[in-house]
Amino acid sequence: MTRTPRTLMVNAALVVGAVLVAFPLLWMVSVSFMPTGAASTYPPPLLPAHPTLDNYRELFAKHAAGRYMFNSALVATLATLISLVFNTLAGYAFAKLRFRGRERIFRSLLGALVIPSQVAMIPLFALVKELGLVSTYGGVIVPAMASVFGIFLIRQYALSLPDELLEAARIDGASELRIFWSLVVPLIRPILVTLAILTFLATWNDFMWPLIVLTDAKLHTLPVALAGLSREHVQDNELMMSGAVITVLPVLLLFLGLQRYYIAGILAGSVKG
Amino acid sequence: MRTQRAAWWFVAPALIVLGVFFFLPVLAALVMSLTDFDLYALDNFDNLRWIGFENYARLLREPLFWKALGNTLYFVALGVPTSIGVSLGAALLVNSKVARFRGLFRTVYFAPVVTTLVAVAVVWRYIFHTRYGFLNYGLAQLGVDPIDWMGNPHWAMPAIVILAVWKNFGYNMIILLAALQNIPDDLYEAARIDGASGWQQFRHVTLPGIAPVLLLVSILTMTGYFQLFAEPYVMTEGGPLQATYSVLYFMFEEGFKWWSLGRASAVAFLLFILMFLVTVVQLRLGRERSDA
Amino acid sequence: MVNRRQTMLALAAFAAAPLSCSRRSHGANTVRFWAVGREGEYAVDLLQDFLRERPDIEVDVQKLPWTAAHEKLLTAYAGDTLPDLCSLGNTWIPEFHALNALAPLDAFASQSRDITLDDYFPGILDSNRVAGALYGVPWYVDTRLLYYRRDILQKAGFNAPPTTWAEWEQMLGAIKAMVGHDRYSVLLPLNEFEPLLVLSLQQPSDLLRDNGRYGNFRSADFHRTLEFYASMFRRDWAPKMTNTQISNVWDEFGRGMFSFYISGPWNIAEFKKRMPPELRDAWMTAPMPGPDGPGASSAGGASLVIFAGSQSKPATWAVMEYLSRSPVQQRFYELSGNMPPRRSTWQSSTLASSPYAKAFLTQLDRVRSPPKVPEWERIAQEMRLTAERVVQGVATVDAACTALDRKTDEILEKRRWMMDQDRHT
Repeated sequence: MTRTPRTLMVNAALVVGAVLVAFPLLWMVSVSFMPTGAASTYPPPLLPAHPTLDNYRELFAKHAAGRYMFNSALVATLATLISLVFNTLAGYAFAKLRFRGRERIFRSLLGALVIPSQVAMIPLFALVKELGLVSTYGGVIVPAMASVFGIFLIRQYALSLPDELLEAARIDGASELRIFWSLVVPLIRPILVTLAILTFLATWNDFMWPLIVLTDAKLHTLPVALAGLSREHVQDNELMMSGAVITVLPVLLLFLGLQRYYIAGILAGSVKG
Repeated sequence: MRTQRAAWWFVAPALIVLGVFFFLPVLAALVMSLTDFDLYALDNFDNLRWIGFENYARLLREPLFWKALGNTLYFVALGVPTSIGVSLGAALLVNSKVARFRGLFRTVYFAPVVTTLVAVAVVWRYIFHTRYGFLNYGLAQLGVDPIDWMGNPHWAMPAIVILAVWKNFGYNMIILLAALQNIPDDLYEAARIDGASGWQQFRHVTLPGIAPVLLLVSILTMTGYFQLFAEPYVMTEGGPLQATYSVLYFMFEEGFKWWSLGRASAVAFLLFILMFLVTVVQLRLGRERSDA
Repeated sequence: MVNRRQTMLALAAFAAAPLSCSRRSHGANTVRFWAVGREGEYAVDLLQDFLRERPDIEVDVQKLPWTAAHEKLLTAYAGDTLPDLCSLGNTWIPEFHALNALAPLDAFASQSRDITLDDYFPGILDSNRVAGALYGVPWYVDTRLLYYRRDILQKAGFNAPPTTWAEWEQMLGAIKAMVGHDRYSVLLPLNEFEPLLVLSLQQPSDLLRDNGRYGNFRSADFHRTLEFYASMFRRDWAPKMTNTQISNVWDEFGRGMFSFYISGPWNIAEFKKRMPPELRDAWMTAPMPGPDGPGASSAGGASLVIFAGSQSKPATWAVMEYLSRSPVQQRFYELSGNMPPRRSTWQSSTLASSPYAKAFLTQLDRVRSPPKVPEWERIAQEMRLTAERVVQGVATVDAACTALDRKTDEILEKRRWMMDQDRHT
């Protein structure tokens, strides 16, 4: 009998929480369909009285939204693919291949996690400029081709691979590369998917570095373009919301579809052995 | 031996990328912070002066730097406990035996984490609007006068805390959820048999059970919050009255607006030292508590 | 097995390709044009005829928002990715000149048929010269004027706009008494530095002293200006808001939330577009009132400049010449509301008959440049922050002026060092 009020309270709290959390996102979508100026009224409207696609049309026709989406997709995809290769090779090696200084090097890498990336940004800009990569896709992708977190994640997972399996393959005369490609990669596929999603999301959402290095507006990724739009078109809120929607929607859908892997990755990366 | 050679080939690409594009710039930043590298120097290297620790000394005398530091510490002090509190609360709710549709709630609570910060900052800027924003509308229903969230120096930082908590609590919630689920049920059973109330169970079974994870989560959150930048950049431009001017915002302006690169590098290093010290202190405190 | 490896290699090659190729190689006949502000949207339109006239030249226009333009330009300078042509704010010319980033234009100008320098407003042209040499050709002029609600002013008992500060104060007080607590007499957004700058340029003293070596904000003149500015907030004539907090400036002007607004020429077109039809004749422009009579205003605007690193200078100059032709300037005005820098265009165009533009013509003969030092942008920012502090009651006028002076001296330290070493240009 004491169960029922408790059930009610807990579930009610959960529902209220969910409404509060989801509200900004739902409202964002709602306003994006409102005509200009409709959201600046009191009391603020919940749903559009006269829904319209005008904001989206303007976004794509006048503000080159399609191009920015392409830039974001290209950069995120390339960064994910390349870093997946580099991080997996390194992570596996740190886990299963014995070489001199392995533990020492890995520990120094972990130390890097404490250093905020912004410390490196200023000289990194100078370096990227010398390489001729300022205002190119490369300027964003190249520094992202490897990450300590990615290496760490792969290593964690790879540690649990059975040594006997690898030894047996070695005795059979297989090269390390062959072992990696044919044996290890299929076994660690779940964590590969996880890392791919994590990297894609991080690159898609990245803001500060692309803001600095992509001086040419044609190359802007969505977050950078949206920030510029929001500082310039401060008055056009409905247009802003539609810009926010197209920035958030792809990653939200990606997450909803693959949340199992994403969440598993966070747990694997955070719960230290 | 063959394994050794192969191993080096495996780690080389990642190590080269990290070495060249991270560690090298970090060292370069250290060197740069000892010069007065600025626009004049970018034009002509002869205009560069070696000034030793002068950048650091000037920063420590600069009222704006202390303001930025104070703002950042305020954000951390307000934001971290709030964020972890909300995460823990949400985790406890979702973990509750009587909760229904757990998967759905977990998804909804986590959704803000994957959203793009710039995009949601734009949305929240509007929710915080003094006249037409939903937050003040909701408060008005409760009889509270409208608050000038973005314009009042006292409320701007709390507004950013609200945004930061909303955006991040789901992440810690997931981790705490996993930790909660790792606490064996018999411990709760034993406590119940001993006559412990819900609150006492929480204090003596739950908290100790998740203590190490709680510490980890605090350190991660704190490290993240020290790097406050995108929210002020999009929502308040560091204002009003520089109430949301964070250390990284200061670095960004010094470095990429005014191109005083030497000074900006010094700011970045000061931030790093601060974060490092705070992390060490936290770890030590955590260790002492678990030893006690 | 083999297929997978082939696909992998192909993928890798494909992935590597976009890494470095994103800047097309620029020939001598490609002109990259960064147009700042909304003008970028009109530039494409304006250049259609030019492209027909010169099919050998290719122009690539990119829009840059004002709020990020300064950062982006400096970043491009640092990253060696500056374009060929840019519509640079004329107060930034000294800065880019100090970086040796601008190409001198005297040689081009002396041989040009389309660009006759005496046709330009002298005060504006002067803002494009550094140490006597010309580095920019004015594209449009900008200054700050009073926009005001004629009907509200009349209701408060005044039939003409103010010509002195004292008169203005009278009007502001009367309007505030009339509109009550929730409305105001004048809008001075706290995140804009122009209103305070304009008021301080009206004083006889300079803002910097000793050839731009030190700040001069301790002067009595600047004290007086800051006090005047701050008093408008203290007496509740102006709301303590930024322009992002005003949801929509044009709507609020129409709703009578404020009756005076200091802004630039682009708002003529905007107000014409956005004011409700019944208020069409309810607003007007007027020159700025000064401390003792009609006052000066800022010599602003944008100039077309050629960056020193450009590989297509002659082609770029051709574009500049085209955009400076009187008929093209007239069309530019019609599209954007931006005022032309040439007197001949003023006389021949619809501007001559526009009642709103009359005040601008008067004001353009009374404009003054802010100090021509590279660090000016930064000092202007400090001015704004100082003003905000005084307005919000955090600092007194005296303390604020002293602090601003000290900060300015600090900002100018490197300039002093360079001047002493005789390194500056």
